[in-house]
Amino acid sequence: MSQAAVAPEIPQRTDDEPAVVFEHVSIGFEGKSVLDDISFTVKPGETRVLLGPAGVGKSVLLKMADGLMRPDTGRITVFGEEISSMPEQQLFALRGRIGIVFQEGALFDSLTVRDNVAYRLIEERIPEEEINQRVVEALRFVELEHTLDKFPSELSGGMRRRVAIARAIVSRPDLLLYDSPTGGLDPITSTTIIELVIKQRDVYHTSSLLVTHRLQDAFVLASHRFNREANKMEPLPEGQSDPQTSFLVLNEGKLVFDGSTHELVHSDDPFLKEYLS
Amino acid sequence: MAIATLDRAAKKGVTAVQEYALISGRALSNLFRRPFYGADIFTQADIIGVGSIPIVILTGFFTGGVLALQSASTLAQFGAAAVTGQLVSFSMIKELGPVLTSLMVSGRNASGMASELGSMMVTEQIDAMRALGTDPLKKLVMPRIVATVVMLFFLTIISDAIGILGGAAVSVFLLGQDSSQYFHNAYQSLRYADLVQGMVKPLIFGLIIATIGCYYGMTTRGGTQGVGRSTTQAVVVSSVLIIASDFVISRFMIGIFGR
Repeated sequence: MSQAAVAPEIPQRTDDEPAVVFEHVSIGFEGKSVLDDISFTVKPGETRVLLGPAGVGKSVLLKMADGLMRPDTGRITVFGEEISSMPEQQLFALRGRIGIVFQEGALFDSLTVRDNVAYRLIEERIPEEEINQRVVEALRFVELEHTLDKFPSELSGGMRRRVAIARAIVSRPDLLLYDSPTGGLDPITSTTIIELVIKQRDVYHTSSLLVTHRLQDAFVLASHRFNREANKMEPLPEGQSDPQTSFLVLNEGKLVFDGSTHELVHSDDPFLKEYLS
Repeated sequence: MAIATLDRAAKKGVTAVQEYALISGRALSNLFRRPFYGADIFTQADIIGVGSIPIVILTGFFTGGVLALQSASTLAQFGAAAVTGQLVSFSMIKELGPVLTSLMVSGRNASGMASELGSMMVTEQIDAMRALGTDPLKKLVMPRIVATVVMLFFLTIISDAIGILGGAAVSVFLLGQDSSQYFHNAYQSLRYADLVQGMVKPLIFGLIIATIGCYYGMTTRGGTQGVGRSTTQAVVVSSVLIIASDFVISRFMIGIFGR
């Protein structure tokens, strides 16, 4: 029996169906609670920026959204499918609609850039010609089409992160998960990565959940748009923010904020005030 | 306090066994599921099997040689130096061939598997593989198990043959024994049961090496230090299990075949 035959039918997303829904999700490790009663929604085309101090459980939350970790309690729904208790074999099929960029890129170090980006397409037995075309297209998006035959170890940290973005978008996913895509990078390289996230948001309108602890990146994301003619990002007019970008803030395992950029900036919450200052 | 510590240790032990059984079981059940990673099996067979041939040949040759050297003098005291060939072939085929080959392959490959998969775990490459829709148990673990079991079987046969040749070299060139007598004794005294015993062991030992190596690799935590710890544990645990299971298999086989 082929895998295609056993793979479950994944219902196509309707326009108003949320991409991700967390309902009262909790998880802990070795008896210690890490995330407690987390609930939020990522609507279609929306970009949600998850902020919080280091070690608060942001990456754990992101991995749960991809089914890489399972919650102890609560429900996680992705494209209308409950993934909290979904068997791994069915999750493999669902993950075809999700792209994820890991904290350090997580590129396969024994494969070339081309094979890293093409990995999912090769596994799906897509014709070689189409693979090459889509890989070049994805690498062109991150402006790295000249690195096809290089190995990850031959690239800089920023380039590796851009290849990871190319690998995540090559399958044209409906949902993108970014796990601290600028972590450990210098400010200039971080801006290049954030520009790519903005480009993906404004050109393809892909729903996304982005984890970061760098406030500067989060606010650049909210206050800039991508200019397709100039092929670069530009700031929105003074006082405006991207309506499709909103924030979630985690602290001590709890979701302490869920709202727009304006609400975040004008919040009276003492923790948020201190965190943003 | 002491009870709580014991309780934690027991739970940890049971969880480890459960996790080991799940990883091994799921990897083996993937053998008959598509997609079939045939190319990965061949790659691993080359790394594990062909790559281990030099150490297996060297180990087998010198083990057979030293066995002949040590046993010939003892046998000579009873006027039985002529059965040196029989003793070497018996020992090599039933015990030393399978066990020493497995220990060598364990040292070389259980550590390799644990460190390779462990590095992939701590750099999130395993998670990336799952996120990209590939089951790492099917893509990484299953080919290693199949390749180790198959290749260890053939490596043991090579080791047995080279060991008997090593014994012959010592018996003939150092001890001045007759070569045809050595080989005649070595061959004629062997029974079907001896060969079965010698051929079943590498299949079990191969399974132990690959599953233990992959288990420690796939459960690695704690960065580069964790990778080092997994590598050491994989070699130690697989070596101890090989020797312990050798005793159990030998007792079982003697029970069945009576020799």
